[in-house]
Amino acid sequence: MSKLMILALSFASLFSVAASAKGTGYVFVSHEKTNNIAVIDPRQDYKIIKWIDTSHRPRDMHFRNDRRQLLVACGDDDVIDVIDVATLKVVDHIPTGPSPEIFAISRDEKLLYVSDEESSSVQEISIDDKIIERQFATGAEPEGVVVSPDGKTLYVTSEVSDMVHVVDLGDGAVTDNIVVGTRPRRFLLLPNGKELWVSNELSGQVMVIDRATDQISATINFLPPGFRQVDVTPVGMTMTKDGATAIVTLGRANHIALVDTATRKIQDYVLVGNRPWGVALSPDEKTLLVANGLSDDLSVVDMATHKAIRAVPVGRVPHSVLVDD
Amino acid sequence: MIEQLRKLSAACLFGVAMMVPPITLHAETSASKLLRICYVELEDDPRYANRGAIGGIVFRDFGRPYEASQVALDDARAIGRVIRTDFGMERAAGRSADDLEKRIESWMRSESIHFVLADLPASTLVELGRRLKDEPVLLFNVSAPDDSLRGSDCLPNIFHTYPSDAMLSDALVQYLATKGWMQILVLQGPEPQDAASVEALQHSAKKFGAKIVDVKPFVLSRDPRNRTQSNVVLMTEGRYDVVYVADVSSEFGRYVPYQTALPRPVVGGAGLMPTAWSWNWDRDAAVQLQHRYEKLAPERRMNGAGWAAWEAVKAITQATVRTKSTDFELMKTFLLSDKLTLDTVKGNPGSFRPWDHQLRAPVLLATADAVIARAPLPQFLHQTNVLDTLGVDAPESTCHF
Repeated sequence: MSKLMILALSFASLFSVAASAKGTGYVFVSHEKTNNIAVIDPRQDYKIIKWIDTSHRPRDMHFRNDRRQLLVACGDDDVIDVIDVATLKVVDHIPTGPSPEIFAISRDEKLLYVSDEESSSVQEISIDDKIIERQFATGAEPEGVVVSPDGKTLYVTSEVSDMVHVVDLGDGAVTDNIVVGTRPRRFLLLPNGKELWVSNELSGQVMVIDRATDQISATINFLPPGFRQVDVTPVGMTMTKDGATAIVTLGRANHIALVDTATRKIQDYVLVGNRPWGVALSPDEKTLLVANGLSDDLSVVDMATHKAIRAVPVGRVPHSVLVDD
Repeated sequence: MIEQLRKLSAACLFGVAMMVPPITLHAETSASKLLRICYVELEDDPRYANRGAIGGIVFRDFGRPYEASQVALDDARAIGRVIRTDFGMERAAGRSADDLEKRIESWMRSESIHFVLADLPASTLVELGRRLKDEPVLLFNVSAPDDSLRGSDCLPNIFHTYPSDAMLSDALVQYLATKGWMQILVLQGPEPQDAASVEALQHSAKKFGAKIVDVKPFVLSRDPRNRTQSNVVLMTEGRYDVVYVADVSSEFGRYVPYQTALPRPVVGGAGLMPTAWSWNWDRDAAVQLQHRYEKLAPERRMNGAGWAAWEAVKAITQATVRTKSTDFELMKTFLLSDKLTLDTVKGNPGSFRPWDHQLRAPVLLATADAVIARAPLPQFLHQTNVLDTLGVDAPESTCHF
């Protein structure tokens, strides 16, 4: 096939409406050091069926276009790679600012918001045009980014400033700054849209922000068995679709915590691998996948028994996990 | 690079004129708070006579840590815009403790300065601390590793963000212990700092069960009559697992690896070195900090004292954010509390030891281009905080404030 044909086909698949890539059931894991994404099939005993080579330092991942596309932020090449899920190949690149880490996609999927840890800013990028529409200045080392359900407000953490910046997307300006714990990392927006949870890595807590007042309404502390408070470094979070249970990865404490979101009580701790950060639930919410950055493996946790039932060896320094329907 | 008089020192002697009116972001009447920190150093500080360079080509950064404190100041200013606190720093070089005491006292009166970053040799720092004993001033030691400062010469108005000799040698010996390299041959240089390093090593060896098989003094000389004290091959005969070099000048130490009589690793002042910071540390967002430093200090890489200066400003920033105040006593109490969770950029959160005011923090074990290990090593346990396996722990402390 000529190169032109391949190029044409790649672009065709980008805009394809005929071939549906839904329902692969695959688990995608990005690797910071091996510059690739492992594609794992749980139905084939968690076998890695493919390695997708990406740009350097792939980290955060999100689906787009009814899960036909997988976008991954590649920090060392300053791009977001676009992967066609049907063919499991990188088909496009969206340039960003320096060192993109975490990003969010707007509800209409036309825009993405990416934090650039080296330039202390969040960029609003138009996905189809690949143009940086706007840029919002933040404190140093911005990481977690989340957009409110109505698309009007953006929240971003600044790890160095110990703050959450609140950005009014209409005005394009920071309207509030919430001082949280030490080294705030990522967000969890509850389905009711009222609570925004933020993990604070070095103060070992998750803080609950009441979105109506921008005040901290609760602080959740963690202490898994066998670890000290200083070892607890919460980073990644996910939750069940009904928002009743949140799962928090505890970093150097090598556990995940299951939290009842209504009472904020810890239901259980589950021992996983070394330095869990990225976490995702399977579509049926029966299993939880946890990326262990420093043991180069993926823990598979049974949500009924609260036990890790498998450790799947993956690439070097796994960062994020994403599961297809 | 010639040591230059800090021009600011003249400006700093002006009094009230230095007060900057607060800048408000919105049309509000609440005024900004002012938090001015001062930074003092010694003119002709003998510790910086060694430029770590041969004919201008730098082989290791032994330079002053001022720019690193500016990195943290920039971060503080970003926070300051939100909490309406105006951060600033005054810098001065003095010829003596007396000189510096006068400048600090004038800043105290004119700008309510209470926090002072001190890049000073131990003797000057102790004298300055003693003179300021009754003032509401807190000195942060950002570059002197002397164990005496944390021991018999300790003062309640001095906090140490730079690691002690004891912490550095404990980190190294922990690593040697995990490798089973317990027989240590020491080559010791002529400087007082070299003797201090060896003394610390002896304590660490006893603590972790290593053995110093011999201590051989070396001189910098090519005179063949001095060969038993300058020829590495001749000095490294015997039986040992590693060669420890105590050489603050590094002029001798750099050449010890691969010249030893036996094939053995070199540690201490060359080869595998314990340090507060290495530019090639790549975890815990170290790279981002390194980049911010390089923007302010082009062609330089942050060194251990730089990290300590950066950390001191971070501590002051966290204290004011968490206490929501610029009150000296409130901030000082916070700094000594267990609520301080300082980002050390080396994994564990840092806090100050109440018995000697030393910042607890991990220590890196680094070669010229890689961090081989981070201490405390996972094999070492502690009753309360594993960081206290490095340095002098509470029961052993000879510091009595």
